[in-house]
Amino acid sequence: MNKIDQALYEFREMDELADQDSLVHRFSVLPKVLLTILYILIVLSFHKYDLSSLSVMILFPVFFYQMSGIPLRKCFYKLRFVLPLVMAVGILNPLFDHTVILRIGSFSLTGGWLSMFTLMLKGILSLTASFLLVATSGIARICAALRRIHVPSVLVTLLLLTYRYITVLSEEVSVMSNAYHLRAPRQKGIEYSAWGSFLGQLLLRSMDRAEEIYQAMLLRGFHGHFHYTDERPATWKEWLTALLIGALIVFCRYYNVASFLGSLFMR
Amino acid sequence: MHMADALLSPAVATVMYAASGTAAAISINRLKKDEEHSKLPVMAVSAAMIFAGQMINYTIPGTGSSGHLCGGMLLSALLGPYAGFLSMIVVLAIQCLFFADGGLMALGANVWNMAFYGCFVGYFLIWRPIMRSQLFGASDDHNAQRLRIILASVLGCVITLQLGAFSVVLETTFSGITELPFGTFCGLMLPIHLAVGFVEGLITAAVLTFVYESRPELLQEVTPTKDGAGKLSLNQTVAILAVVTCLVGGGLSLYASSNPDGLEWALFGNAEAGYKENMGLDEENYGVSSTAAETAAGIQETTSFLPDYAFKDNDSAAGTTVSGLVGSAMVAGAAVLICLAGGFFRPKKTA
Repeated sequence: MNKIDQALYEFREMDELADQDSLVHRFSVLPKVLLTILYILIVLSFHKYDLSSLSVMILFPVFFYQMSGIPLRKCFYKLRFVLPLVMAVGILNPLFDHTVILRIGSFSLTGGWLSMFTLMLKGILSLTASFLLVATSGIARICAALRRIHVPSVLVTLLLLTYRYITVLSEEVSVMSNAYHLRAPRQKGIEYSAWGSFLGQLLLRSMDRAEEIYQAMLLRGFHGHFHYTDERPATWKEWLTALLIGALIVFCRYYNVASFLGSLFMR
Repeated sequence: MHMADALLSPAVATVMYAASGTAAAISINRLKKDEEHSKLPVMAVSAAMIFAGQMINYTIPGTGSSGHLCGGMLLSALLGPYAGFLSMIVVLAIQCLFFADGGLMALGANVWNMAFYGCFVGYFLIWRPIMRSQLFGASDDHNAQRLRIILASVLGCVITLQLGAFSVVLETTFSGITELPFGTFCGLMLPIHLAVGFVEGLITAAVLTFVYESRPELLQEVTPTKDGAGKLSLNQTVAILAVVTCLVGGGLSLYASSNPDGLEWALFGNAEAGYKENMGLDEENYGVSSTAAETAAGIQETTSFLPDYAFKDNDSAAGTTVSGLVGSAMVAGAAVLICLAGGFFRPKKTA
């Protein structure tokens, strides 16, 4: 499967995940968005050596993935973009930070290693949170929630329209690229003589297509923004639940739960 | 070059959101003046095309590797800076939401690093001045315009990518994420992105010249010529590219010689951080005076482990670290339990 088909597959997969039904899926999107942002901000705010406190934050995504029935491995597959970059930055920490944090016999854990692990965990946790949001909400509901908090209509409409046309154009690029590679076997990419014409052709056709789309939209009564029907406002119960979860997240930030749990068994 | 959430502190992430948000607000404001509705479909389709176009690999002649398209310059040349910026935001948002390329909190930083520089700096400081100039010939001369497009694309991609990479370094350093000294980090990031920018610039130039040849009216700041005669041959284009390469390469070597090896500088001389030489060789000396070491020492004081080996004879402190470890293990256990319970209680799917 080439890169573009892979991307198309991932789009459809996300849409399918968002179409499932669970308590987390049914939960109103706006509180979910705010909770996700709070969670990521809290995760990022942990000190670079505070791995044990940070570890408690794992429980939130694990719990909600189970509740929503979204497989965690689907999310881990997406780590392939983020983790290498985080690793690239983090991997040098052990070389520069030699502060000894912990010694067990002859083994000593330096600050560099600890901060590297913390960094990686932060990367993984923040991704799991945003993935869960999209996988349980879908783009249309997220856009409706964005409109509710007065994100400009141009931006939201543009996001929806682009999302719609990405699949169309990606399919076209996929067909073009397959055709090219069938005629140029054993060639890794597009040769430089075709650099301009390959995408240029598509670009010209797309511009014409955009004009047709606009005419079609006008004929159907488009005057600047879309109307959203599939997202209801959150009930007070949902806000209360969100508030409690938020409070729990904040609590875990300021109170080292891992340390407390351990101390129950360490005398 | 997508930043990840983990590389930012909440403060830096918020500041970058505010900066990008302001730029977006200005763009939306400007766009309203010249009828945004009619532009929406074009913006959406262009953004979708950039997204798809970035997945195509272009073979770089003479090397085994391949390059990609630079979205910011292409979009601002096609749509203008404001519409281009908004389209880039949407591309980055979709990459972040659906492909985890970047992160939700890092979106502000990514928009700034890639869209802002690509669209605003690329357009106002590079594309527009070059396209309006009389460089290479009269303003409506076909060949001169072609050359100006190539020059603007290459220069634009190189410069905007350098700015973006530099911002990545700044943001990461301000977030206190990396122990890497600032100079070394720059030394690692900038040269790589110089090469990437050059290749991306060439690909973008190829696409834009193609558009220019067939539909010049689609490009911003380009005056369509009456006849398409006098096309530049491939050889001439290659010769001009060689000149551009020499210019850029020469500029780089000047920069490089004025800043000898960043790593060496960082390792052997940084008076501000309290050490003058031999940072790598004399760790203890460095460790005592740096702020990082002081913070670490503070933590060490409260968390030191095993009194026999460590520095502090305090039972409760040793207990904290060990209990942290044990507690974390218990958290892991709880996570596994939740997974098992989830699998147990969820109704089985009927095939």
